[in-house]
Amino acid sequence: MTRFSEFLTNTGDRIGDRVHPIGVALGRKPIKIPLIVLGVLLVFALPILNPPFISTPDSDFPNVLFTVTIYAIVAVGLNIVTGYAGLLDLGYVGFYATGAYVVGLLTAYHFAWPFLLVLPIAMAVTLVTGVLLGAPTLRVRGDYLAIVTLGFGEIIRITIRNTEWLGGTGGIKAIPAPQSVGAPDGLFAIPHLAWEGLTPLVNLNRETKFLVFGVLDATPYFWLALVALIVVIFVERLVKTSRVGRMWEATREDEDAAEIMGVPTFKFKLLAFASGAFIGGLAGALFAAKAGYINPISFPANLSMLFVAAVVIGGSGNRWGAIIGAVIVAYLPERFRELEDFRLWFFGIALVLIVSFRPQGLFPNYSARRAKRSARQAAKEAHAEVPVV
Amino acid sequence: MSDTTLTADAADTATAPLLDVDHLTIKFGGVVALDDVTFDIKPGEILGLIGPNGAGKTTAFNVITGVYQATSGTITFDGTVLRKKKRYQITKLGIARTFQNIRLFPSMTALDNVLVGADAHSKVGILRAIFRTPYFRRTERESKEEARRLLKFVGVDGRADEFSTNLSYGDQRRLEIARALATKPKLICLDEPAAGFNPAEKQKLMQLIRDIRDAGNTVLLVEHDMKLVMGVCDRVVVLEFGKKIAEGTPAEIQNDPAVIAAYLGVEEEDVDDAS
Repeated sequence: MTRFSEFLTNTGDRIGDRVHPIGVALGRKPIKIPLIVLGVLLVFALPILNPPFISTPDSDFPNVLFTVTIYAIVAVGLNIVTGYAGLLDLGYVGFYATGAYVVGLLTAYHFAWPFLLVLPIAMAVTLVTGVLLGAPTLRVRGDYLAIVTLGFGEIIRITIRNTEWLGGTGGIKAIPAPQSVGAPDGLFAIPHLAWEGLTPLVNLNRETKFLVFGVLDATPYFWLALVALIVVIFVERLVKTSRVGRMWEATREDEDAAEIMGVPTFKFKLLAFASGAFIGGLAGALFAAKAGYINPISFPANLSMLFVAAVVIGGSGNRWGAIIGAVIVAYLPERFRELEDFRLWFFGIALVLIVSFRPQGLFPNYSARRAKRSARQAAKEAHAEVPVV
Repeated sequence: MSDTTLTADAADTATAPLLDVDHLTIKFGGVVALDDVTFDIKPGEILGLIGPNGAGKTTAFNVITGVYQATSGTITFDGTVLRKKKRYQITKLGIARTFQNIRLFPSMTALDNVLVGADAHSKVGILRAIFRTPYFRRTERESKEEARRLLKFVGVDGRADEFSTNLSYGDQRRLEIARALATKPKLICLDEPAAGFNPAEKQKLMQLIRDIRDAGNTVLLVEHDMKLVMGVCDRVVVLEFGKKIAEGTPAEIQNDPAVIAAYLGVEEEDVDDAS
């Protein structure tokens, strides 16, 4: 466990060891790159491979994978706000909704602009929303901030519900899918695997047309979301390993001391908030394009809680931990669908167990683990200094 | 570290004070924490600020570094009036401080702690970080070199990659000094740096304070330990109940009847007990 998590995180978080962007984003040792590429390809192939045990028997596997990826994007974004900058944001769903609604409004409700044009607009609008909400709210700290953000998340939802121009309670229907490549049959078709026990069989009835965004097959959406996730991780990593990341951490650790060391803490809190919103908007936009239909009920406050749960369970402050938290939160309930309503019960128990036995999250952030390790080291040294009789 | 410019400044303005505290008064509700206090610090000197508990030493510190706003009176630093200035702006003007109760960033490494201070004068931008511009790389490298140099200067270079919370108490105090120095201050304010130190550590600290001055800084020192204050300071200002009761060289202060009566106790042997 420890070694695995070290592999995931112990890759160039230290500042300035490697200044080249690709080097920083991929990790320090070049030998890892083939491994990473292999892992990524494997994840891309998941819906095709449809592996037994991992695959979800009671719900559409590519669809679940898409949801998991969206949650992972959200977790990476929220981890910037909550994990790095230490701002507990209980209204993150507001940004998710903003991204989704900008796509809905511009591609279907008011205009019919193409998705790829609207996507950056959606992210920009969400960024601005983040700044507008952050500027007044980030003046309060701690629990108060959590309550204010919770309120803002709800305000966004209720405003949408009561504004006909934004779709009102009826929501927005018939949001078009992203532009397909080589429609209607795609450039080529990839048959999925079906498993009989442990024997793989090619299922010719189930094919993914590359790259057609249709209604039935969620695989292309998953791929699109996965590309977005990878880009997000890549960029986020560059920011985290810079002085911006350092100033976020300093602000989280001791806001007053940071300010006195010359960190304009308000500016950096706002930057974290806006960056998180930007990424949340991306996730929401992808969700809307896939769902085709959004209404205010799609964005309840408890979705915010679930997002925070993902970050906290995985390990606040560690992007890989947050992603794994997102996978747990989005995947487990779908995997155990056969338990029907009991699945939420089991999910709750799983959360309680994780929080009880690993209060720092499954994969605590890099520095927290290193601190533990160096504390052990120090204890060992102190022990060694005692003369042996 | 801009040693050369600092000494040049000092030569130009040999008589002008670096920090001028003029008729400073601070009230918290009905409590007068500082009452019409006037003193100044000349470039390159080590000024001690002493007084019994509750005399207003830390309050004076907090006004100078922008934590509190003065009720009346002005503070002028290097030609700039520090009024309605944000704390980080004051840091950028060239005032750095340490804290009476250590306030490092606990789950950041010693090096990262110092780097936060060293970043104070570099431009920070998210796009610079993403595109790793030449400016970004150069300043990042310079900050890192400077941070390592400062860790060495205060003597915690062996523990650069350790988490600051895991450093020993003395190392944490020294690390705070390094972090403050990293902001390239003209004036560094040390708030009871010797608290909890044993005599040997105090001796080292005195040398460190002199080294900091010799590197071109001006030092404002709040300290309870009389031996340390008298041993290292060029001048001493004594506060009692928010008022300045004496000012002068350590020798003058030690013989000042008002100070002896009010602060040091009637008999000189009681000095250490009183603190």
